[in-house]
Amino acid sequence: MSSTSPLVEQLKGGLDAPICLTWELTYACNLECVHCLSSSGRRDPRELTTDEAKAVLDELHELQVFYINIGGGEPMIRRDFFELLEYSISRGIGVKFSTNGAFIDADKAERLAAMDSLDIQISLDGTDAVTNDAVRGEGSYDTAIRAMNHLRDAGFGEFKISVVVTRHNVDQLDEFKSLADSFGAQLRITRLRPSGRGADSWHDLHPTQAQQRQIYEWLLAHGDNVLTGDSFFHLNALGEEPLPGLNMCGAGRVVCLIDPVGDVYACPFVIHDEFKAGSVRDEGGFTLVWKHSDLFAELREPQSAGACASCGSYDACQGGCMAAKFFVGIPLDGPDPECVGGYGEAAILEASAGERPRPMMDHSKPVRVADPERVPVSIGRR
Amino acid sequence: MLDSRLALDTRVALRPEPFGALAYHYGNRKLIFLRHPDVVRVVRSLDGDRTLAQTLEDCEIDESRWPAFERALRALTESEMLHEQYLTTG
Repeated sequence: MSSTSPLVEQLKGGLDAPICLTWELTYACNLECVHCLSSSGRRDPRELTTDEAKAVLDELHELQVFYINIGGGEPMIRRDFFELLEYSISRGIGVKFSTNGAFIDADKAERLAAMDSLDIQISLDGTDAVTNDAVRGEGSYDTAIRAMNHLRDAGFGEFKISVVVTRHNVDQLDEFKSLADSFGAQLRITRLRPSGRGADSWHDLHPTQAQQRQIYEWLLAHGDNVLTGDSFFHLNALGEEPLPGLNMCGAGRVVCLIDPVGDVYACPFVIHDEFKAGSVRDEGGFTLVWKHSDLFAELREPQSAGACASCGSYDACQGGCMAAKFFVGIPLDGPDPECVGGYGEAAILEASAGERPRPMMDHSKPVRVADPERVPVSIGRR
Repeated sequence: MLDSRLALDTRVALRPEPFGALAYHYGNRKLIFLRHPDVVRVVRSLDGDRTLAQTLEDCEIDESRWPAFERALRALTESEMLHEQYLTTG
């Protein structure tokens, strides 16, 4: 079984530097997607400055981090976005960034196409405006398609189309693949997690048990040409044939997240104090956090199979995703909420009696409600 | 394979790790695990001049282990991290 290969055992003990480092550059966003992992919307005033961000890039260069995944919020909102992009690449750190495409016009597309070691991921959650905009907001489908057209026209080459698989778009996987092919792009599909604003939308959006099998079978048929960020390893309990990838939770071992204010979390899906390992602003910087934080040391210890120990599928699914369990209130050594063996639903039910941990660092824009008590104030001009 | 003269692509970086090293190709973005320090030593010694057999000998790798090294290096060749160098006349 690949999940217990010597390499995977070694990786679980952690690496000298992350393979896959996600860096959310800003909490500011023009959109308000209902499943946003980082509850983005408003910029955090404590956001890392340009100089601080460059100092982190210097550290990553020293650590020989090969590339970083930049996200947000919408990273292109930052005024120093191109400056940081160019700095990173000049330091030998390749960049892949995720964007909703709103700020990619013809000029920016040309500029991006001229850069080496750069990869772009356009987020899209439906192959039609109705499906996509229900999750990502009105007009966001057209925005994404427009950006893709600009990238194609500029000769950017193979960019990525990144899809979060939900109950409502799972039947569109073939269409997503065709759409990607038509742009000469590569399709990436990832798992919906109950993190950030997803904590509130997950119960309505996550794929049903039957749809999980559909995803597994689709990936077995197409997986070699589709990226997944290794996010569907919990599905491996569905059959003998493992999905392509390492099939392990990389949190704190080969993966981590730097958030816009410089806090370091175990993975992009656990923005919560319990999974905060430190800050790049601490003495010793990112390097010390990665190498010596208590949290990461703990995650690199052998993990207990807990409630799943007696299930014959544990070797295949590894107990699933830590973040998914955490935000629905299931103990970390319990089953994944989407356990394909069916143990997740009972665990969710059991957890629903207690308090669910709330995602932290909520930067959602304030909800506008009409207030009948509010007295209109007019500000006179002097 | 043992007769080929291999060299590391200039766009490949090797990062030391407890188990050996990670090899990353900046051009095609492939990532490969070199799962033994001896493999890393051999890969670093490839100079496109000596044959693989000569390199293995120079690195004092026991001949019984050569097939395993060939397998590891074949994976690197298929990922375009290693290239075969052809001698030019002159």
